[in-house]
Amino acid sequence: MRVGVSSKKVCGDFAKKVKEISKEDFLLCYQCGMCSAGCPIAFAMDLPPRQVIRLLQLGLEEDIAKSKTIWLCTSCLTCSVRCPRGLDLAKVMEALRLISLRKNIDYVKPAEIPHDALAELPQIVLVSSFRKHTA
Amino acid sequence: MELSYYPGCTLKTRAKNFEDSATAFMAALGINLKEIPRWNCCGAVYSLADDDLIHQLAPVRDLIRVKEQEQGKVVVLCSLCFNTLKRANLLMRNDAEKRKTLNTFMDEEVDYNGEIEVVHLLEVLRDDIGWKTISDKLKVPLKHLKLAPYYGCALLRPQEVAIDQMERPVILHQLLQALGAEPIDFPFATKCCGSFQAVGNREGALECAWNILSSAIRRRAEALVLSCPLCDFNLAGKQEELKQKYPEFKGIPTLYFTQLLALAFGLDSKVCRFELNYQDPRPLLESKGLL
Amino acid sequence: MSNVKGNPAITTKMVPVFIMGKRYEVPESFTIMKAMEYAGFKFIRGCGCRGGICGACATVYRKPGDYKIHVGLACQTVVEPEIYLAQIPFYPANRASYRFEELKPIPEEVFKLYPELFRCVACNACTKICPMNIEVMDAVSALKQGNIKKAVELTFDCIQCGLCASRCFGELPKYHIFQLARRIYGGKILPKAEHLKAAAQAITKENRYDKTLKSLMQMNEEELRRAYLEREMEPVTATEDWRPSEKRFLLE
Repeated sequence: MRVGVSSKKVCGDFAKKVKEISKEDFLLCYQCGMCSAGCPIAFAMDLPPRQVIRLLQLGLEEDIAKSKTIWLCTSCLTCSVRCPRGLDLAKVMEALRLISLRKNIDYVKPAEIPHDALAELPQIVLVSSFRKHTA
Repeated sequence: MELSYYPGCTLKTRAKNFEDSATAFMAALGINLKEIPRWNCCGAVYSLADDDLIHQLAPVRDLIRVKEQEQGKVVVLCSLCFNTLKRANLLMRNDAEKRKTLNTFMDEEVDYNGEIEVVHLLEVLRDDIGWKTISDKLKVPLKHLKLAPYYGCALLRPQEVAIDQMERPVILHQLLQALGAEPIDFPFATKCCGSFQAVGNREGALECAWNILSSAIRRRAEALVLSCPLCDFNLAGKQEELKQKYPEFKGIPTLYFTQLLALAFGLDSKVCRFELNYQDPRPLLESKGLL
Repeated sequence: MSNVKGNPAITTKMVPVFIMGKRYEVPESFTIMKAMEYAGFKFIRGCGCRGGICGACATVYRKPGDYKIHVGLACQTVVEPEIYLAQIPFYPANRASYRFEELKPIPEEVFKLYPELFRCVACNACTKICPMNIEVMDAVSALKQGNIKKAVELTFDCIQCGLCASRCFGELPKYHIFQLARRIYGGKILPKAEHLKAAAQAITKENRYDKTLKSLMQMNEEELRRAYLEREMEPVTATEDWRPSEKRFLLE
């Protein structure tokens, strides 16, 4: 797989935006993989958390956008509390989600949730889902 | 004695069993859990974006309601609500600029500067009431009941809000021991249940639940003990679907820790509202002679 | 001071107001609606009962030196000097379609039809913009907690003006959501008025009033006029136990 790396991307607007929203220095990550090891839903991800941070360090916005990882994150904070460099990955994941959500693009569409699901899902599930996944 | 209490939306409907059992056993200890008036939904999850203030309004408003009651602290049952309210409280205490912006924005409310404490009921039990007082009040020791305490995320992470050590917590174990039950350790006790992915990525959430349940079953637990209605939905509410997916799975009941307390205190089982539990724990409890 | 058109005897103080950005001088005692008509605007929409209850003339305005957004009904709110206003006669809000007969008297019916309810972030913009001083945020909160009764009691005065929907951060179609809650409450939760049912039965099934109606319809104008003037009316000072002397048509 060929990956195009350039300083324009590494220092570009995308990286700046993530830094602004999360206030986290993702360049701290030295790719140890503790986050991926502890992530409860990594089994369902195409790219484990560690790789997403790597792509972020390289400024590869499109590759992250193509992946489902940031949308599978449950904000459980296991990665954040275990990272040996003190990087709060959950905040980085949230920033990555918000870059898409703030363009007014829903990940979950309330109108498409079937009625029988809406009747059985307790309020806490719907509120948390809409907060994290709707624009 | 009275304690200010924040229920959260779900405890008023689907998880009324959590609330009713809690108010009942606390009353037996001489403590009235007094619901704060005019509370609103706290938002369930804490916003992790540094520049996002609008999602802090909901929890901060609730903290203002507590302040208006002139109570020094508020007790929360739902772990996720606890997590959100406590983190919002820390934000208002530690970030002067955001505090100012939020107070100025909410010009229809009194200013809030982090004056009150947010505590989880488990903390009250451990630190204010004490395990000994609880053991002394036992009428029905939960003997021979093998319970797997499931902590989830919200009680333990991040560090600033954790009510116990993050990797090897013991608070629920201690409670169960005080009640005469046998706590079962299992490796997935602090692993996320899937949370809100029950909507956005249902298959993923289902597998998270399965990992937790199957681990507890492998350790021969007879039921799981919970403190959050979202965990209850993922772990118990989805069991029928799991039975379809994994035919060898026969189901396992879940109980809120407050239901166990009400039971152990010898209160009428009606206060436990077992009919609201997704998986009926009554057959198990009856088989142990506890009902 | 200037003369009001057509009546030289009356002079009135004029104040400037800004209607959609343009300055007009209007009499200071006028309501916004009258002031706009004075300025030459003709209402074919955004005007209804002129009595503060239909919700058609919702107006948003600013005052100089004040960052706040003020709101009022144009037909009820008197102008102030230098107010800067625009009307919002209608704000779009999606209305779910449902068959009322099929709804159960439980909050989940509201959740199913309006899942957006859970997008509320308690920003309180709705309460601040409500011209009827309804505690809108509290009503949304009550519904989220499954408390239909409280939501209904809080939104009784709602005139469906749509301003809450216009400011809502979560994009909730609030006035429709509350309307659904009120319908479920009134139609399926509140006890039915049995005396009303009995009265309706008396008219439609027992035909109790058929004879009277027939005799009325057969009267000529002279007889009708006399019957009307001689009709028995409940006196203003009547007590609970007053009964008409003609007892044939009483229900009891």
